[in-house]
Amino acid sequence: MRRNFRPIWMVARREFLDQVRDWRIIVPMLLLVTLFPFIADDATRQAVNFMNRFGGDLILDRLVPFVVLVIGFFPLSFTLVVALESFVGEKERGTIEPLLSSPLEDRHMYLGKLLVGITTPLVFSFASILIYLILISRRDVEFPSPYMLSLVLLLTFAHAVLMVSSAIVISVQATTVRAANLLASFVVVPVAFLLQGETVLIFWGNEDVLWYAIAGVTLLAGLLIRLGLSHFRREYLLGREIDTLNFKWMGRTFRDRFTGNARSISEWYRREIPITLRQLRRPLMIVFALSVIAVIVSYMWVIRNVPVYLDLTPERVSEIRTFVTENLSNLDSLGERLPAPVLFFNNARTTIVFLLLGLVSFGTLGLTLFLGNIALIGGVLGAADLVGYSPLLAFVVGVLPHGMFELSAVSLATAAMLKVGAQLVTPQPDQSLGETLLISLADWFRIFIGIVLPFLAIASVIEIYVTPVLIKLAFPYL
Amino acid sequence: MIEASDLSKQFNNDFWAVDGVTLSVKPGQILALLGQNGAGKTTTVRMLTALLRPTRGWARVAGFDVAKNPQEVRANVGVLTEQHGLYMRMTGEEYLEFFGEVYGLDPKRRKTRNDYLMEYFGLAQAARRRCGEYSKGMKQKLALARALMHDPSVLLLDEPTSAMDPESARLVRDEIARLRSSQRTIVICTHNLAEAEALADTIAIIYRGKILLNGTLEELKRSVLGPVQYEAKFAENFDTSDLDLPQGAILASRSATSLRFEVETPQIVNPKLVHALTARNAPLVSFQEVPRKLEHVYLKTMADAQGVTYAA
Repeated sequence: MRRNFRPIWMVARREFLDQVRDWRIIVPMLLLVTLFPFIADDATRQAVNFMNRFGGDLILDRLVPFVVLVIGFFPLSFTLVVALESFVGEKERGTIEPLLSSPLEDRHMYLGKLLVGITTPLVFSFASILIYLILISRRDVEFPSPYMLSLVLLLTFAHAVLMVSSAIVISVQATTVRAANLLASFVVVPVAFLLQGETVLIFWGNEDVLWYAIAGVTLLAGLLIRLGLSHFRREYLLGREIDTLNFKWMGRTFRDRFTGNARSISEWYRREIPITLRQLRRPLMIVFALSVIAVIVSYMWVIRNVPVYLDLTPERVSEIRTFVTENLSNLDSLGERLPAPVLFFNNARTTIVFLLLGLVSFGTLGLTLFLGNIALIGGVLGAADLVGYSPLLAFVVGVLPHGMFELSAVSLATAAMLKVGAQLVTPQPDQSLGETLLISLADWFRIFIGIVLPFLAIASVIEIYVTPVLIKLAFPYL
Repeated sequence: MIEASDLSKQFNNDFWAVDGVTLSVKPGQILALLGQNGAGKTTTVRMLTALLRPTRGWARVAGFDVAKNPQEVRANVGVLTEQHGLYMRMTGEEYLEFFGEVYGLDPKRRKTRNDYLMEYFGLAQAARRRCGEYSKGMKQKLALARALMHDPSVLLLDEPTSAMDPESARLVRDEIARLRSSQRTIVICTHNLAEAEALADTIAIIYRGKILLNGTLEELKRSVLGPVQYEAKFAENFDTSDLDLPQGAILASRSATSLRFEVETPQIVNPKLVHALTARNAPLVSFQEVPRKLEHVYLKTMADAQGVTYAA
């Protein structure tokens, strides 16, 4: 531990010294840090006056934590430049090579830069928050509880780690400071959206909900640090002088991986698809286990909570059964209202959305969305149980026939998407980040085109033309 | 000791920056790596520093394999990079202190080395000034001091005297010569052919990633420019048409006031030649080896590689 911390500290200390001696960083930051709390304080005063006139106690209660969150975010976004230019700036100034030629390990350099990249914005953020808290302590507003304040400070810390770890990944991959600064929007804008989401949690949820935000942001930040460490190679910092997109090479790499050694489609199905499927064994097991848990949890939740929320008296149950009967009576004409191709495209699009979300979150958001969809099955079965239908029968006739194909397809796509995320955060010797991404995507498309699309096509036909018939047969009284 | 065999580096899967470089530099030897900009000198040095991983081939530096033990290689190598790479907001003293710490030197040794190098390179007065305030030559000297801070057994120096005034350049050359005598293994990349000629024990000329020539200066001269030539100059017109040349001397060219010979064994043939000329009362003014500089070797090699005629 100590052996590792010393070189990390050496790198961080030098960088920190460099920053404090750079008035172009220090002066604007000090101005912003001291000025912004006063503006926020005045805004708080005016907001409090306004609320007091119209009565908005809840908003008043949560106003200060919200402003603290915003005040914490501003210095983070300004000082991001420090992290953004950590590697690429040194490269541009020509100072990186002596450092890279030294016996410092890759991770020591990376973590040293990360440490100072996180510490600087946090010092400014917390200083700004402190000034603001001192200012509002003089006012007649609800001061946040120590618990709430701790949560907001923790969240600010998590934001700093998330933003800086993304900025350092950009700094390693970019070849010029200009390119890195342009890419900064990809860090600041998503975190600004995230902040809005967290604001919603602060105003509408209870304090404990913030723990979910903290956990989510920390998880993502951890994955980003892992991604950065996995793909940090001093060679890439020196090997690429100019940003060139080698489309020919990209196309060749993708195609070679996608087709493998197959010379025909049948050979591809016989040889290459099984190889990819074998590689998906572990992520598939994870997806399957989580799916089962999601179904059971949502089923149990519905059974336990819905009767309380909906006040399920026998009369109410009867009403619901009538409603279901009326809505299911026109199942015969489902194909006219929802043609199979539309359903197929919708499902295919959803699978692609899982991938896209997975790509920006190393699999986590895609998996979450997938589990949300799977949980719906448990919820529907629970609801069926509550109103007196057999959940097992509902599952066998209403889900299983098309689900055999649809759920298998979507589970496979999700497992492949998880593998993409896992590969991105796993060290790949002799592979650049771009190469890893291309190869992982080629694997995903192998599964998507080879299995998922055909399965979804079959599933949509069954769902529109077979499942309604089976439901009618199983529940003749509907 | 540096040994490399078939050392090659490919970039972007299609461009070979270095292609099959084989070389050997023993302790106490200096190898000068010559070549145009973009010839592959820096890439070769970066592979020898374990900064770039070879695509093909191998290299051992200070007894360690660059691919298998990059950490150990870097710990035993002092590198002067193409750009001086100084941190402009650090003082010279802080800069050396930082790198001393990075290379694992204890505080006492850091202080000793820092003081010695600052003094040696004439930077002691400027030790507490920020690097940004240094002149170009001072920056180069400080960068060299950084490369020497941990007293490495192998030195890889890219343009060690560029931007230096003549006195400083001389100082650096003397230091390099001193390091050679203390059994360091040294590789210099340079465009300064006079410097290479003065310092190097062996010279390698690299072109488009391949080593075209590698050997001592004499070997290169012989292989590129042919055998050594000697010239006799006369004070006035002198007829040499009936002069009997001793065995081992081949007439290269003749004019009214001079004669040129190619000689394989000058220690045997030259006395006989001088004797033959003086016996005929030749108005001999001088008898000396025709100067052949490294520059001629380099330019002829480059011209041959590019398929153009070399005009001496």
